[in-house]
Amino acid sequence: MSRLALPRWSLIAALSLLTLAAAVGSLLYGAVDLSVARLIAAASGEGDRVASVILFDLRLPRTILALAVGAMLGLAGAALQGYLRNPLAEPSVLGTSNAAALGGVAAIYFGLAELHPIMLPLLATGGALLSLALLFILSGKAESPLTLILAGIAVGTLAIAGTSLALNLSPNPFAAMEIMTWLLGSLENRSFDHVRIALPCIAIGTAMLLWNGRALDALTLGEDAAQALGTDLRRTRLRLLIGTAIGVGGAVAVSGAIGFVGLIVPHLIRPLTDRSPSAILLPSAIGGAALLTLADLGVRIIPTTNELKLGVVTAFLGVPIFLLHLMRERRIW
Amino acid sequence: MVNIVLDHVGVTLGRRAVVHDVSAAFAPGTLTGIVGPNGAGKSTLARAMLALVPANGAVRIDGTDVTAMPRADLARRIAYVPQGQTLHWPLTVERLVGLGRLPHLAPMSRISDTDSAAIERAMERADVLELRDRIATELSGGERARVLFARALAVEAPALIADEPLASLDPGHQIDVMDMLRAEAAGGGLVVAVLHDLTLAARYCDRLLLIDDGRIVADGTPAEVLTADRLRIVYGIDAAVETGGEWPTITLFGRAP
Repeated sequence: MSRLALPRWSLIAALSLLTLAAAVGSLLYGAVDLSVARLIAAASGEGDRVASVILFDLRLPRTILALAVGAMLGLAGAALQGYLRNPLAEPSVLGTSNAAALGGVAAIYFGLAELHPIMLPLLATGGALLSLALLFILSGKAESPLTLILAGIAVGTLAIAGTSLALNLSPNPFAAMEIMTWLLGSLENRSFDHVRIALPCIAIGTAMLLWNGRALDALTLGEDAAQALGTDLRRTRLRLLIGTAIGVGGAVAVSGAIGFVGLIVPHLIRPLTDRSPSAILLPSAIGGAALLTLADLGVRIIPTTNELKLGVVTAFLGVPIFLLHLMRERRIW
Repeated sequence: MVNIVLDHVGVTLGRRAVVHDVSAAFAPGTLTGIVGPNGAGKSTLARAMLALVPANGAVRIDGTDVTAMPRADLARRIAYVPQGQTLHWPLTVERLVGLGRLPHLAPMSRISDTDSAAIERAMERADVLELRDRIATELSGGERARVLFARALAVEAPALIADEPLASLDPGHQIDVMDMLRAEAAGGGLVVAVLHDLTLAARYCDRLLLIDDGRIVADGTPAEVLTADRLRIVYGIDAAVETGGEWPTITLFGRAP
């Protein structure tokens, strides 16, 4: 196995630079490109009105959300892969993202989303929290990852069934279309209201997941050995589940269901570290922010008749990761 | 130095009582083997000593009940080598052995010079220094056993519990592991090992606990514990035990009629 492990701080610095570049690119490019000079002028409050509107009303909230949602998804994927000791885990294995999506769909289906822009993200976050309660009830006190995965699949399947039901019973094709569009995942037309909903959730989720590094490292040796090394497995699980539900719930609430970021990013990061679960947590968060911001920039500048949806792009990015695994299993590569 | 006392310990898993009313005391400088047939409750007893399963009665370390002790405190007193060679991520040997320092690290702190020195000592004692940059998941079973043993040594705890450390090892590597356990006890450590190989248990242990159906059937030196009668009753085997030498030797004939 080849080892490319970089010193931790150089990896973090390199990823941060990439993320910064992605964020600046995200502010500069779109339907109307801004020059660096216009961007700086607008940012300092001295620019033309059009540039100010583009920057503050459109691109800045969108960029902040891309960074935050990407970071949350990348981190949640890395933490869950460590906890479940499964390189194919990502936030959807716990059913959280599907449940949050169902909450959003319910808001559209029952017309609540039209009452106030905050209703959709609120219901989506509520869906994520509800799924967490269900997950605790179903998985009980058992500490095995298998029980948790089974409970997560049950919750996720229920949420997908609910979403399908809403599509099935939707009163008219426009409602169905609206639901479908939201489900594809996007950061188009997001405002600072969305930022205000998502950021606190993501901050809480991030803090709770980053706290688990040592416990995840200890779990490399299995549950008994981890406990014998002083790990409190109950608390670890509690922090992990609540952190994922709140953080990913808040992220899906504003972005719709964006898959595969949580799967792809830890895979890209892991070979650059010593491969211990704690070593990939922070880099996966930064890498996730960079990836989603770049993907969101991509959907804006790739010329298509309709704007590409972010969830579609990340899904395409996810395919090569599975293929890579398949090829490794078959020892082709 | 540390003392472990089991005071009427019982463990029920699901609805089945696996360990019944076990009382015993373990002292520093002794290698104690826990032997008995499959399903006798040996591993469960070892896990109860580490508070890994809920137990009746009490397990006390230097007079303190293990259930009243914070996990990290307990982790610094007893190092544990669990059954199997579980290793979920391809860490380097050095990084893996370093996991043994987790109970000593304060929250958000990095590995200190003291920790690095302990890791170095543990790798030296388990003779894995030359493997330090290898990927632990790519090692042979014997090498991996030594590395996981080094991981436990890196804790630098006064007590060590190893659950079936000889499983799936060839005779040479079994002897290597027993030598390491012996050396730990000789250095003043309290060492308890769950073992299946009676010949090696008799050869290396100072004391044996023979467990059957969750109860202690015999407790004493290998020569006192391993008698032909007991082997027939507990294991259902026909065997001859020679006690004339430095340690008892066992010759197996077959299943007892």
